Amino acid sequence: MYNFEFVKPSSVEEAVAALKTEDAKPLSGGQTLLPTMKQRLASPSKLVSLLGIDSLKGVSVSDGVMTIGGATNHATVAKEAASAFPGLAYLAGKIGDPAVRNRGTIGGSIANNDPAACYPSAAIACGATIVTDRNEYAASDFFQGLFTTALEEDEIVTAVKFPIPEASNYQKFEQPASRFPLTGVFVAKYAGRVGVGVTGASEDGVFAWAEAEAALAGNFSPDAISGLTVDADGMISDLHGTGAYRAHLVKVLTGRGVKAAS
Amino acid sequence: MPKDGIGASTKRREDKRFLTGVGRYTDDINLRGQAYAYFLRSDVAHGRLTNVDISAAAEMEGVVKVFTAADFSAAGGLPCGWCVTDRHGNPMQEPKHPILAEGKVRHVGDPIAVVIADSPELARDAAEAIVVEIEELPAVINMKDAVKDGATKVHDDLTSNLCYDWGFVEDNREAVDKAIKEAAHVTTLELVNNRLIANPMEPRVAVGHYDRASDDYTLYTTSQNPHVIRLLMGAFVLGIPEHKLRVVAPDVGGGFGSKIFHYAEEAFVTYASKVVNRPVKWTSSRSEAFVSDAHGRDHVTKIELALDENHKFTAIRTDTYANMGAYLSTFAPSVPTWLHGVLMAGNYTTPLIYVNVKAVFTNTVPVDAYRGAGRPEATYQLERVIDKAARELGVDPAELRRKNFIQPDQFPYATPVAVEYDTGNYDATLDKALEMSDYAGFDARLAESKARGKLRGIGIAHYIEACGIAPSNLVGQLGARAGLYESATVRVNATGSISVMTGSHSHGQGHETTFAQVVADMIGIDASQIDIVHGDTSKTPMGMGTYGSRSLAVGGSAMVKATNKIIDKAKKIAAHLMEASDSDIELKDGQFTVAGTDKSVAWGDVTLAAYVPHNYPLESMEPGLEETAFYDPSNFTYPSGAYICEVEVDPETGEVEVLAFTAADDFGNVVNPMIVEGQVHGGLAQGIGQALLENCVYDENGQLVSGSYMDYAMPRAADVPMFAVDHSCVTPCTHNPLGVKGCGEAGAIGSPPAVVNAVIDALHRSGHKVGHIDMPVSPARVWAAMNGQG
Amino acid sequence: MKVTMKVNGRQVSGEVEGRTLLSSFLREGQELTGTHIGCDTSQCGACTVHVNGKQIKSCSVFAVELEGAEVTTIEGMAAPDGTLNAIQAAFQEYHGLQCGFCTPGMVMAAAALLKDTPKPTESQIREHLQGNICRCTGYHNIVKAIMAASGQPVAAVAAE
Repeated sequence: MYNFEFVKPSSVEEAVAALKTEDAKPLSGGQTLLPTMKQRLASPSKLVSLLGIDSLKGVSVSDGVMTIGGATNHATVAKEAASAFPGLAYLAGKIGDPAVRNRGTIGGSIANNDPAACYPSAAIACGATIVTDRNEYAASDFFQGLFTTALEEDEIVTAVKFPIPEASNYQKFEQPASRFPLTGVFVAKYAGRVGVGVTGASEDGVFAWAEAEAALAGNFSPDAISGLTVDADGMISDLHGTGAYRAHLVKVLTGRGVKAAS
Repeated sequence: MPKDGIGASTKRREDKRFLTGVGRYTDDINLRGQAYAYFLRSDVAHGRLTNVDISAAAEMEGVVKVFTAADFSAAGGLPCGWCVTDRHGNPMQEPKHPILAEGKVRHVGDPIAVVIADSPELARDAAEAIVVEIEELPAVINMKDAVKDGATKVHDDLTSNLCYDWGFVEDNREAVDKAIKEAAHVTTLELVNNRLIANPMEPRVAVGHYDRASDDYTLYTTSQNPHVIRLLMGAFVLGIPEHKLRVVAPDVGGGFGSKIFHYAEEAFVTYASKVVNRPVKWTSSRSEAFVSDAHGRDHVTKIELALDENHKFTAIRTDTYANMGAYLSTFAPSVPTWLHGVLMAGNYTTPLIYVNVKAVFTNTVPVDAYRGAGRPEATYQLERVIDKAARELGVDPAELRRKNFIQPDQFPYATPVAVEYDTGNYDATLDKALEMSDYAGFDARLAESKARGKLRGIGIAHYIEACGIAPSNLVGQLGARAGLYESATVRVNATGSISVMTGSHSHGQGHETTFAQVVADMIGIDASQIDIVHGDTSKTPMGMGTYGSRSLAVGGSAMVKATNKIIDKAKKIAAHLMEASDSDIELKDGQFTVAGTDKSVAWGDVTLAAYVPHNYPLESMEPGLEETAFYDPSNFTYPSGAYICEVEVDPETGEVEVLAFTAADDFGNVVNPMIVEGQVHGGLAQGIGQALLENCVYDENGQLVSGSYMDYAMPRAADVPMFAVDHSCVTPCTHNPLGVKGCGEAGAIGSPPAVVNAVIDALHRSGHKVGHIDMPVSPARVWAAMNGQG
Repeated sequence: MKVTMKVNGRQVSGEVEGRTLLSSFLREGQELTGTHIGCDTSQCGACTVHVNGKQIKSCSVFAVELEGAEVTTIEGMAAPDGTLNAIQAAFQEYHGLQCGFCTPGMVMAAAALLKDTPKPTESQIREHLQGNICRCTGYHNIVKAIMAASGQPVAAVAAE
């Protein structure tokens, strides 16, 4: 690993200022960044730890919206979201493994936008708002393809706001090695609309399965999507599964998610 | 019997240090003043090295020295320990395997240069400053393409990429062809035995230390056989005589075969420590292990099984391509031949067998023994083709096997593939497994799964393996360049405690516990009085190490021999002390008695007399009580067993869940049942891993696609069930003193076909007439096969 | 940079680079070599330790991030006189280890599990060990050991 300067500010303002240095990077739980740095695939000049900023941590609910601080780790979400938003708590509790969940954060996951990360599927399905030190983004505007987001280099995810659905479910079909989703589907049912967020499957990263959302809005049951097909074009093909297989999984998992949430 | 003697599930004495974090693995060794080596490895599979410029790197902060191939012009290549003779009587093609790449790189991971620096990070920093220019050549990856005329050659100085074309038994060839032509039924199956990576949890580490004062070298290394490394490295690579070279393998964190072989990094750190006059340490990262540890398996096979109208097997013909990788690893040529072809009879009376193996060089990491080594490849073909035959003929797969089993009264049984099984009772293990798995009750469980929308299947496999390798004169005739005996020195101390120095080497098997149980049992003293010393060439007699499920069968036999010598001498001393005749002395529970009298002396009295020989027959016997024995086995041992796997398949996703796994093994006598069962559990997880999860994949350019745990699927806790294991069917080995056969590899040998047979069974029972799915039987592959996309 | 933390109840400090991992700080700086490194992709779990009471992978956190933290390693699990704790003793009793390399991480993971879930089911145990790879035992005896350490009957999970 290349060496770097390390700072641990206690406020968002200090952190943003520290990120003005060229090639500085924010460090949250580090569960993706550290392995990347070990492979020497990332070489930040400075790491700005966000874990010393108390305002970035915590789960709160008000007016039907769950707000999760950017530096809140997965284990905390799994625990604290359990009663108000069990679908999201379940998702958080299935990320990685217990040790990873004690370090990895929602902000880190969202900002990295790994095509197989779990959180983006929920953010897309729920129409979440990604709050940063300088902006608020609709999830659909925030995620812009593999490892690409609307964030500027020195911008920090301070919180993610999820409108809490009436019912929700996350279906994760694990890639057997990494235990990331080979395909993961988050289904969220609201009054008058249904969100279906898909991760792990598409070459363009997380996406909303619009046809299913439309069909499910009128009839929230697995039958509603039985006539739909998912196009295998643009789906990831690798040693763990073809695009056709992933396309098939999207439908199967959506059906299962709907059934479980019904 | 003392409470921790033979047959007791004695708790392991090794455990306390491992459980409290004070085990001493090679990476825990740090020598004063040590420097760190970083290997710069090729990132292309095949190419000519046109320029390696180390000048900038050599000038960097903290860099001690940078080495390239030129620094090793006086050293030999890494030797291959086995020369296979091809079907025409010619020796295999054997390319040089240099320590650092000479002229060409031949696989991703082939080392090009090494930086030695004051810290690992500085060494790696400097390695990035080395300028390497490579003229890329087409990568040779597919084995069948590699042996076509005009194929790019991995080694320019060889005639082709064919290492050897082996036929066995060549004299059977025509008779086998005829039998297959005339058979009532022939079942044919083409399959792949997937390439695997052993992945012991401890990556390899080597620390070299040259002592200028004594002119001695010491190598600390993660090895299953330190004496073998000393011999190969000293005599063939570096030219250091044994008395100047000590090899120490301390606690070793698993090996599964991958730590048998002599690797370039070991020779490098040993040599370099003299050049730079500092200890030199190299610690492999896991990513580096993926491209530098020898891989396993990687066979592509067509097998044909001929049956007569009574469903008796009449002939087997196989045609296998075996991947050697870019160079010949230490025992690579023996794996697809003498550890594979000779097992093709399995547990059956098939009279005619012909095995053809083409070993092929490719631009991939060298392939060598991995848990089972050749025997899983043989078992998988055989047990899959038998299952397919049963389905084609509409007969129960258990009954088809039973009909063809070698019967208990046929032992010793000479197979048509050159080995003679000493004992076995295959009906017994099959019956046991059928009973344990409630085979008869399967239909009810099937219905229960069906009600939940799941497909259920059950699969059987029977296996035999050849362990306890091996008779030295025999393997010498077959091309081995080493003997395969084992050694032990039993040193009895004056107060009666004992140090046993064994040439075997534990890397997780618990020898310190098991071996002590054997000696304790023989002498009748408490096992706590006995220490097992292993893993250091300066302490133990020349021994060949631990692999091939040989430690107790061969190393244990040496120890028994040495202990018997001790007992013989101790009896003479006891006879002197009690003024009786040697032949009247009996040893029981650590007491020597004169038969028919109440006269006795204790073990400790005799051992003290041996070292304080005031009252001692000095005129006829030397003082002291220390004996060494070497044991060279007269045959292999032949563990066997029946494995039954029950799976559920998710029809929507193709996901396979192993619901139950039963293993009924005949290991002969068992010293420590707890440890034996643990060995089986571990083997089963690796076999289930091979069947469902693990796959080492190269793309057409020779890049390793499954190059980390992010893509190489290791079995985890949730991937395997609780196992039902049994070893109560015992036919003791007839030719070693303990009657033991070996248990280390069985689980990995018998389980892959059982799992795949179960999956195919589940599919057939639900109307999917799928002939075969290659391992790993991943959800995607099952789904594709069910949907006609296979 | 200087970093100070409490390791196994003892205040320790050392000079580190930014890039020094907690695992290196422990293994090289503190000579606590029970924490093992089995991979470089945060998958194997051999390096699992507890930081402020939570299990984490010491290969995936920088030492400088842990200024003032309380760290427990495998060396801090047994009693000062070397007596094994209940989990360690159960691993020995049920043969939950072979080569011993993954064992420190397994014990630390098991301890974290039992702290939050004193009576886990077999599937909870297996699920909790998703981030700890063992190549030797096939997990069978690890599951039994953790069951036993939790005071539950081992027969409930044993297939044999």
